[in-house]
Amino acid sequence: MILTFFWIFGVSAMGSALLCITRKNPVASALWLVVTLFAVAAMFVLLDAQFIAVLQVLVYAGAIMVLFLFVIMLLNLGRPGPSDIKGPLGLGVAALLGAALLLLLQPLTRTTLPSAITLPPGSVLALQQQQGIVGSVAYPLFGAYLIPFEIASVLLLAAIVGAVVLAKRKL
Amino acid sequence: MLLNPALAISAVLFTLGVLGVLLRRNAIVIFMCVELMLNAVNLTFVALAQNLGVGGQVFVFFVMAVAAAEAAVGLAIILAVYRHKQSVSLQNMNLLKDG
Repeated sequence: MILTFFWIFGVSAMGSALLCITRKNPVASALWLVVTLFAVAAMFVLLDAQFIAVLQVLVYAGAIMVLFLFVIMLLNLGRPGPSDIKGPLGLGVAALLGAALLLLLQPLTRTTLPSAITLPPGSVLALQQQQGIVGSVAYPLFGAYLIPFEIASVLLLAAIVGAVVLAKRKL
Repeated sequence: MLLNPALAISAVLFTLGVLGVLLRRNAIVIFMCVELMLNAVNLTFVALAQNLGVGGQVFVFFVMAVAAAEAAVGLAIILAVYRHKQSVSLQNMNLLKDG
């Protein structure tokens, strides 16, 4: 049952990702990418990562995609024009490289994890029962990963300052 | 149980992101394809977190923070380039190519 739903969301994610890279209009591309992000969020729920799924919808589908749509509208790119998709030569090269990459990634589909590093089944669920769904992510985030967390906050500050400096005509 | 399907789907999503970067000339669409690749990797992290501990979910948090920073700075760069060239097509960004 869960596997069926997982494949439904997976196929819709892959299909909308394909539509995202083939639509001529950047607005249509962005909206298909939103569909992909929602399908991936649904897969996160099925993989016992409900908090990450909420973050995905809020941060990715909410904030980042709105930023993209704002820039598309600001630059008035939605009007019809010549296609930006490369010609037959580019298509051939891309298909070749894509096929090679898929061939390289294909062993992932039948990988098995070594039992020495695998947690006993259900232990992540037990941790979520014990600490809460948010807590199970928050405790390591503010404990073992505290320094990376602080560095991420500095990175976001630098990104804000950088975006303002770059986008402003004159300071 | 869901590990192998999740890894397969994320491999396909990553490949589609790479194909988008290779196929398109519009800088904004290429940016969206980069986000797609980041999402494929996030799916791998979450799928493995089910068996290897919640550290993977914490890492997804960091990937999202970096993606947000990257989107903000990248779109500001695209805006600045658009002001110079009146275009976001990568064909017109060949200042370093012409020797």
